[in-house]
Amino acid sequence: MAEASNIHIRGGRIIDPQNNVDSVDDLFISQGRIVATGKVPDGFTADETIDAENQVVCAGLVDLSVRMREPGLEYKATLKSESAAAAAGGITTCCCPPDTKPIIDTPAMANMLTHRGVEIGLTQVLPVGALTTELGGVMLSDMFALSQAGCVAFSNADTPITNTLVIRRAMEYASSFDLLVILHANDPWLTDDGCMHEGEISTRLGLSGIPEASETAIIARDLALIEQTGVKAHFARISCARSVDLIVQARERGLKVTADVAIHHLHLTDFDVGSFNSLCRVMPPLRSERDKDRLRQAVAAGEIQAICSDHQPHEKDAKLAAFSEAEPGISGLETLLPLGLKLVDEDIIDMNTLISSLTSGPASVLGISAGDLGPGKQADVCIFDPESEYLLDSSKFLSRGRNTPFQNWPLRGRVSHTIHAGRLVYSVK
Amino acid sequence: MWSGKHVIDHWGQQVVSQNIQYTGNGKLRHFLSIDGLRKETLEQILVTAEKFTQFGQRDIKKLPLLRGHTVVNLFFENSSRTRTTFEIAAKRLSADVINLNPTTSSTSKGETLLDTVNILEAMHTDLFVIRHAKSGVAELIAAHVPDHVHIINAGDGQHAHPTQAMLDMFTIQQYKGPFHKLRVAIVGDILHSRVARSQIHALNTLGAHEIRVVAPNSLLPAQIERLGVHSYTDLSQGLDGVDVVMMLRLQKERMHNAYLPSEQEYFNLYGLTTESLAAAADDAIVMHPGPINRGLEISSEVADGPRSVILPQVTNGIAIRMAVMAMILGGESNG
Repeated sequence: MAEASNIHIRGGRIIDPQNNVDSVDDLFISQGRIVATGKVPDGFTADETIDAENQVVCAGLVDLSVRMREPGLEYKATLKSESAAAAAGGITTCCCPPDTKPIIDTPAMANMLTHRGVEIGLTQVLPVGALTTELGGVMLSDMFALSQAGCVAFSNADTPITNTLVIRRAMEYASSFDLLVILHANDPWLTDDGCMHEGEISTRLGLSGIPEASETAIIARDLALIEQTGVKAHFARISCARSVDLIVQARERGLKVTADVAIHHLHLTDFDVGSFNSLCRVMPPLRSERDKDRLRQAVAAGEIQAICSDHQPHEKDAKLAAFSEAEPGISGLETLLPLGLKLVDEDIIDMNTLISSLTSGPASVLGISAGDLGPGKQADVCIFDPESEYLLDSSKFLSRGRNTPFQNWPLRGRVSHTIHAGRLVYSVK
Repeated sequence: MWSGKHVIDHWGQQVVSQNIQYTGNGKLRHFLSIDGLRKETLEQILVTAEKFTQFGQRDIKKLPLLRGHTVVNLFFENSSRTRTTFEIAAKRLSADVINLNPTTSSTSKGETLLDTVNILEAMHTDLFVIRHAKSGVAELIAAHVPDHVHIINAGDGQHAHPTQAMLDMFTIQQYKGPFHKLRVAIVGDILHSRVARSQIHALNTLGAHEIRVVAPNSLLPAQIERLGVHSYTDLSQGLDGVDVVMMLRLQKERMHNAYLPSEQEYFNLYGLTTESLAAAADDAIVMHPGPINRGLEISSEVADGPRSVILPQVTNGIAIRMAVMAMILGGESNG
């Protein structure tokens, strides 16, 4: 890894929605910070010059959900392997859900992850603290201490809190310190042993379905509690058209609530499960075509503020099982940007909206200083060639998880350089 | 219909749209699900089974068709009836038969499943008859075995039970003639039934005039109409004028997780009795895949009555399983 130095990025199309910038220009980095765009600053001598002609220069991507698998599940992946994958995907900030082993419910765990992230130095690792201790849904975690130790938000990850009173108290407590609560809407009773979207395909395959109400009923309930408590809340990985409608209506009523979607929900539906393709087993499940279309529209309209990879690397055996027994999740760090660019190619969203939902959008959800190329900001930069075409080959992933349903998809757009904190952490071979 | 299945190796290396139930030249390679099979294949199974039925009535009931082949009955979920008919079928075709009931400790994890199959395959067995409690296991195994190994699905989760459906089709044809004139009602726990799903696909492929499913909404799967059926929540409307009544077994534990209120209420509303059967055509036949819950889904009077073809179904099960095995392995060298 190169040391922080003076970097001159020449002739790229700089897209910085945070500052309303979209122009071909030069970008200058010094001492780990953005120093200027356009003209060479006084006294600047480049240690390194990157030719970005015909490429896009944007802020490093901010990913709201990345399972690093460390600590506890190192047989799947490690902080080191997944940080390298993040850098290769242009992602310079990774939020890690609290369901590591041990769980992120102590300041020591939060500190450890943050520091390991800094030590590895390829991407920023931001822990999300557990909302309840051991994700048990009974006792509140030491949220304030956890936030002091670097937790950017609090969630119960994929473990639903069944006691509504506990959710209310957690929201009330978090709101006292203006802490962000991330909600995963999933009714455990309605989901039961469900493993895919309830519909024609689950009926054909004889697989237990997860009804839409499993998500929408919980969103409706949580919105009522958000309204009651005034907490700053964010819905993670919504998958249904009606969920979008509920959230949009709530925002119109003035609620401080945001939402994100996983990139695969913008490309795949339950139909892609085909004949028990366990690579398409994800939670929440891939929904219908109508849901996919509404989610796409919501991203285009800014009703959904962020797109994330929902990265979940797995070892081979995790997917080599009966569909219902296969572990859910997709290895997504290295496909987040190209799958996003595919939406631009298909005229679903424009380039600026895409970049914003991958950078400034998620950064503002978290209330952190990232996803911004303004002078003085930390130099987290992603440079990509939007025209480079290839067939996706997961065997080339830097992630230890090769579990992707997008194998052999024709993709366009490849990261050429990633700069994190002023250091070049990835460049294409 | 479901045209072409995605064959995706477990790491997504190869994504080819093809039907893994057929070999490249169109011969039946695996028998996993009726969904995805051609009408001609189903008809050929029925014709072949017809020949074997006649043969079953002879004194010496052995044919040398599968001599030298080893059939492994790999039942991860118990079923003495289905396993026995597969065993008899294989033996009548002169195959060697091994019965294995791996304990439940052999989970549905692919690792263990495929290990079991690989070990047996290393012993030069070539046909596996597999039953498993999880949907999709037969497909999973079929996608990972070498070319010379064949898989017959003897029931996977709630997905498919294709030999049961074919023996039902055989029985229907035997008693009621061509499919295009027939109205058929399938009654009971459609939601959890692999038998019902396979029956629906078979009846549609063979061109039945009308297929109905009859159950309370709590036992009907989502969007079942998309499979080409009409759904009814009222038994007498559902049975009105039908030529064939196919009953399904109701698991008693359905009462415990709120699918149904009580056995009495279920029997009163959906039980097949002489009275409720009166709605069907005068010459309608009554079928059941067994084992029967007398007094729960069907009265003894009907189950043992003149319209019942439940025992012939069992007999036909042997001929159908012989036909499927013969079509898969027949003409293949047994080296």
